[in-house]
Amino acid sequence: MSKFKKKKSGALPPISTASLPDIVFMLLFFFMVVTVLRESNLLVMQRLPKGDQVEKLQKDRSIFIYAGKPGPGYIEKYGKESRVQIGDKYTEVGNIRFALEELRLKLRPELQDKVMVALKIDEETNTGLVTDVKQELREQNLLKIIYITTPGNQLDE
Amino acid sequence: MARRSAPEINAGSMADIAFLLLIFFLVTTTIEKDKGIARQLPPPIEQDQDVIIKQKNLFIVNVNKNDQLLVEEELMDLKDLRQAAIDFLDNGGAPAGTPDYCNYCKGDHSPESSDNPQKAVISVQNDRLTSYKMYIAVQNELVAAYNFLRDREYKRLYPKRQLSYVEVKKIYDEGGFKGTEEEKVKEEMEAVQELIPLKLSEAEPKKSGS
Repeated sequence: MSKFKKKKSGALPPISTASLPDIVFMLLFFFMVVTVLRESNLLVMQRLPKGDQVEKLQKDRSIFIYAGKPGPGYIEKYGKESRVQIGDKYTEVGNIRFALEELRLKLRPELQDKVMVALKIDEETNTGLVTDVKQELREQNLLKIIYITTPGNQLDE
Repeated sequence: MARRSAPEINAGSMADIAFLLLIFFLVTTTIEKDKGIARQLPPPIEQDQDVIIKQKNLFIVNVNKNDQLLVEEELMDLKDLRQAAIDFLDNGGAPAGTPDYCNYCKGDHSPESSDNPQKAVISVQNDRLTSYKMYIAVQNELVAAYNFLRDREYKRLYPKRQLSYVEVKKIYDEGGFKGTEEEKVKEEMEAVQELIPLKLSEAEPKKSGS
């Protein structure tokens, strides 16, 4: 009898935190696996326009073209005019083909003819620049493009 | 003395270390889930070929440098564009009995507007100074109009799936259909695409100010 009495009188045992590190490690590994470190350093502003009639981008077969006004740190050097960025550097519209070819060859060989060009263009860019880029893409026979947008609809603003 | 067990290492700070790492990765992570409006560019043309399209089958959307919309020579708000495009595509103006007659169109059947969705072409003309934001907004609305009609036709033709065209396409793109089902869905989508083909033309932008 005395055995039972002893247990009742004792205070609540402390909650074991021994498994806390395991839980945190699990979260950590999850984030480490899903993390994609940005490959290219953005030199241009990227406020993408909104759209809701969208399709998913197939990342393994796409090459990116960025365009917009130079970012805050680059205005003094490059001015305020919208520019095109491919990879890590600014590219003149006339040189887009070379930069794209370079990126295309980095893709997996079986996907190289199914390339999709993802256009990440700041909403304040003029359509003229976009048209020039598209014209260049047509000449290169890179006909599948996708205008990257952010979720939402501009009518709701 | 020799058989004294080693003292246990205190693992209490392990959680703190793991938390620090976790927070570092949380902050640096950008989970990229890019989505956008897909479009096929026309192939480069060798020489100018003139395609004759009847005026009534052409829906002209003009965007000027101040981001104002001129649709069929009338000023229009962006919010009305989708419905206007749907009305145009779905009009079915060809009279009954002619080969162009559209038996699934639910529009006004006005002889002034498009014959059928296969013939109807939407042409967007931009100024070079139009903002990209407006350009995407217009494209988005026009694609929405096509998707609305495709959804309707898909539901009419394949009611047993209880899905809309857009939903089916999403599942298809993600590889959600397997084996013979995949072939079947592809055929269904192509049938709907044939009924409502996406005929969006983009004219070369004019110089600013014109």
